[in-house]
Amino acid sequence: MREEWNGFVGGKWEKAIDVREFIQKNYTPYEGDSSFLCGPTEATKTLWAQVMDLTKQEREAGGVLDMDTKVVSTITSHGAGYLNKDLEKIVGFQTDKPFKRSMQPYGGIRMAMKACSDNGYEVDPEIVEFFTTHRKTHNAGVFDAYTKEMRVARTNHIITGLPDAYGRGRIIGDYRRVALYGVDRLIEDKEVQKDVCGTGTMLPDVIRNREEISEQIRALGELKKLAQIYGCDISKPARNVQEAIQATYFGYLAAVKEQNGAAMSLGRTSTFFDIYAERDLKNGTFTEEEIQEFIDHFVMKLRCVKFARTPEYNQIFAGDPVWVTESLGGMGVDGRTMVTKTSFRFLNTLNNLGAAPEPNMTVLWSTRLPIGWKKFCAEISIKTSSVQYENDDLMRPIHGDDYAIACCVSSMVVGKEMQCFGARANLAKCLLYAINGGIDEKTRVQVGPKYRPITSEYLDYDEVMDKFNDMMKWQAALYVNTLNIIHYMHDKYCYERLQMALHDRVVKRYFATGIAGLSIVADSLSAIKYAKVKVIRDETGLAVDYQIEGDFPKYGNNDDRVDEIAADIVTTFMNYVRSNYTYRDGIPTTSILTITSNVTYGKATGNTPDGRKAGQPFAPGANPLHGRDTHGAAASLASVAKIPFEDAQDGISNTFSIIPGALGKDDQVFAGDLDIDLTK
Amino acid sequence: MLGRIHSTESFGTVDGPGTRFVIFFQGCPMRCQYCHNPDTWDVNGGTLRSAEDLLAEYDSCKEFYKGGGLTTTGGEPMLQIDFLTELYEKAKAKGIHTCLDTSGIVFNGDNPEFMKKLDRLLASTDLIMLDIKHIDNEEHKKLTGQPNTGILAFARYLSDKQIPVWIRHVIVPGITYEEKPLKRLGAFLAELHNIKALDVLPYHTMGKPKYDKLGMKYVLEGVPALTNQDAIRARDIILSAWRARKTYLNAKAEEEKKQ
Repeated sequence: MREEWNGFVGGKWEKAIDVREFIQKNYTPYEGDSSFLCGPTEATKTLWAQVMDLTKQEREAGGVLDMDTKVVSTITSHGAGYLNKDLEKIVGFQTDKPFKRSMQPYGGIRMAMKACSDNGYEVDPEIVEFFTTHRKTHNAGVFDAYTKEMRVARTNHIITGLPDAYGRGRIIGDYRRVALYGVDRLIEDKEVQKDVCGTGTMLPDVIRNREEISEQIRALGELKKLAQIYGCDISKPARNVQEAIQATYFGYLAAVKEQNGAAMSLGRTSTFFDIYAERDLKNGTFTEEEIQEFIDHFVMKLRCVKFARTPEYNQIFAGDPVWVTESLGGMGVDGRTMVTKTSFRFLNTLNNLGAAPEPNMTVLWSTRLPIGWKKFCAEISIKTSSVQYENDDLMRPIHGDDYAIACCVSSMVVGKEMQCFGARANLAKCLLYAINGGIDEKTRVQVGPKYRPITSEYLDYDEVMDKFNDMMKWQAALYVNTLNIIHYMHDKYCYERLQMALHDRVVKRYFATGIAGLSIVADSLSAIKYAKVKVIRDETGLAVDYQIEGDFPKYGNNDDRVDEIAADIVTTFMNYVRSNYTYRDGIPTTSILTITSNVTYGKATGNTPDGRKAGQPFAPGANPLHGRDTHGAAASLASVAKIPFEDAQDGISNTFSIIPGALGKDDQVFAGDLDIDLTK
Repeated sequence: MLGRIHSTESFGTVDGPGTRFVIFFQGCPMRCQYCHNPDTWDVNGGTLRSAEDLLAEYDSCKEFYKGGGLTTTGGEPMLQIDFLTELYEKAKAKGIHTCLDTSGIVFNGDNPEFMKKLDRLLASTDLIMLDIKHIDNEEHKKLTGQPNTGILAFARYLSDKQIPVWIRHVIVPGITYEEKPLKRLGAFLAELHNIKALDVLPYHTMGKPKYDKLGMKYVLEGVPALTNQDAIRARDIILSAWRARKTYLNAKAEEEKKQ
């Protein structure tokens, strides 16, 4: 065994790249409470005060403090940047100084230029010229291949939010590999992969694979250089927890220096780190306080990841999130909990540094999680509102126990699966197209196929369903084909070479699609079925509004009559998606998770037959429409829970807001479990 | 049998232990000035529903009610005691924790037929949340339109029968937020042997829009919501009077034992 691994239980992982096996053989489940945790050190407080000050300056400057306009960001493009070199236990920024946003034109030069100009900066004309004339971008490639129909569909928002001008993101490199094996071993592995890739006929796929592996090897070489810029050597395995965190962070940092993706998630690192932490505690290498400090400084760095983005982008995504999602806890397939002390240490950063949306701390929830962990999660949630929860019991049977969440809900096995992100199809608009024969209700353009419109005064459920099915079929095909172009071009012009270098050679690709407007469609169809919906048409015969006579069951009240409509629509749409060819044998999935863009989609969609007025926001994700769920939260959640996960495997989200007082008694006022102490 | 039901709430977190399915019964003889459900007063309103139907609704969300259960409130559930008993007996047969939120106004110790029914109901009731509106009978009449004598008798009866009770008490500025009655309430509670919790509820004004909507006069117009600090203060007054009285009663009992 290599000396860096002394004290670890060996196994297959020593020979093959297998982080999961290493974790399973070596981690220590923790079933205790949070009492062992340490607060922030003086160094942590000082550094964090500095970050808060920079944040204030950035806000005062209108949202951006500094932008690079001359240097194209690559893994090794910038010199070292620090807050305070002497105090930082984990180092590395995207550029040569904190809060300076890097320039990443490979997704699209126009987007990069706009991100600068909207914030009062101007990209160096030489760079513009280079990326306009000499080096094609992802965005340019996509528009070369788009059909007219795709362009029209895009501008009319029937398919929307497409990653055709920005990085698709949603790929999680297995950054832990850098720490466990060191970069040299990873390069060796990739060299072998390249040797065995395509020894036969040079088919286009084989050529692409060989070129990609070469790019991956090159990226790994640059990753080593990035560490050297900061005076670190990551060619060999990490020797302690500080080095393990630092090496993992360099892997992640290299990814965000190269990709301005729509979600740049971290993976599932805490239990991995914990193995090193336990060894260091046992050997007396570090104290609990020191280990917490490393985690605090790591999280501080993750909080400082920033990208250059446009106001339009920020509108779709509500702010400029990075989605540094870290998946915590969960249960192992062998029944042991994956919660470790370092899972606690990660959540404890919310105590030590205060509440923050990034990194997106995501607890993989199981009813079988240890009670000490459950209590700590609840305590931190109450205190900071900064914890996201996902159903581990639902995802574990599909992905095992080494998956992580990309963005907000997309689950994938770390280093073995990736996702081609595909934004979403506006199903509410599709329903209106079904009624209007493919004419857009807002722009009056013939966007969809010229199918016969509905001409009756009142909508008939069977007729609407029939036409809606046809229109969904068209929409799904167009949508999937548009995404085929996007992912082809992204691989060609904006390939995630470092992130893919931290994957196995054979990667399972999920071809992600998404649905917006599910609750509107469900309620509309319910209104048509159970009440009477009268169509209001304008002088050209276009259906522009709807009058509902009578009441109808609404999605969100645990009423099967409408909930089954919602579930059926998801299955139907998913089946239409499945019936199309998908790029690189991608496994089609769909999501219902428009957490932030529901307002934007609402603006682009006219009056709908459920009584929603033009311009009004959609419900977020799979939520019932605002105010329509009248039987309380459990009934509302039960409706959402009926949507079949197997047909929405990329995730179903439900945004749940509740005033604290409605979640239980204030423990100061409520004197429950009265044990009257007579001595007082 | 059918009951008159105002509505249900699938995610009750403040009406008993855990997360609970809450059934609002229709009809109430009390006219509490601060009532935030005046739409449940009319005994002829609501929807007629069967116990099976309500329990089916419970079952459809039962995953949420581990550690919780079923709460009936209203309105006054005990106004429909036969239906309530049927509901609870069927719920108990399914192993559901039953909690009754009541004002106790229908209690009548002199009516043997009622007492028989009550005993049967209590046999399938796990917890009672007894809402004592005001400890002083005259003030109680002003506040609710009804005397409190039966209610206090009901409290004593539950104590004798050792039925677990949570006491609820709404603190309204200028009405129940007075030191003297709060002390009296504490002393009264000290004489009971079955009190498991004290739930002091700060008065809020969230019920007012309902009155406006129903075209009803809101008597407490202008009375501000009680702050949390004041609620804590009120709770402390009740508890300290409770302790004092309990200490006295214990000492007295010791004395009697010696003699």
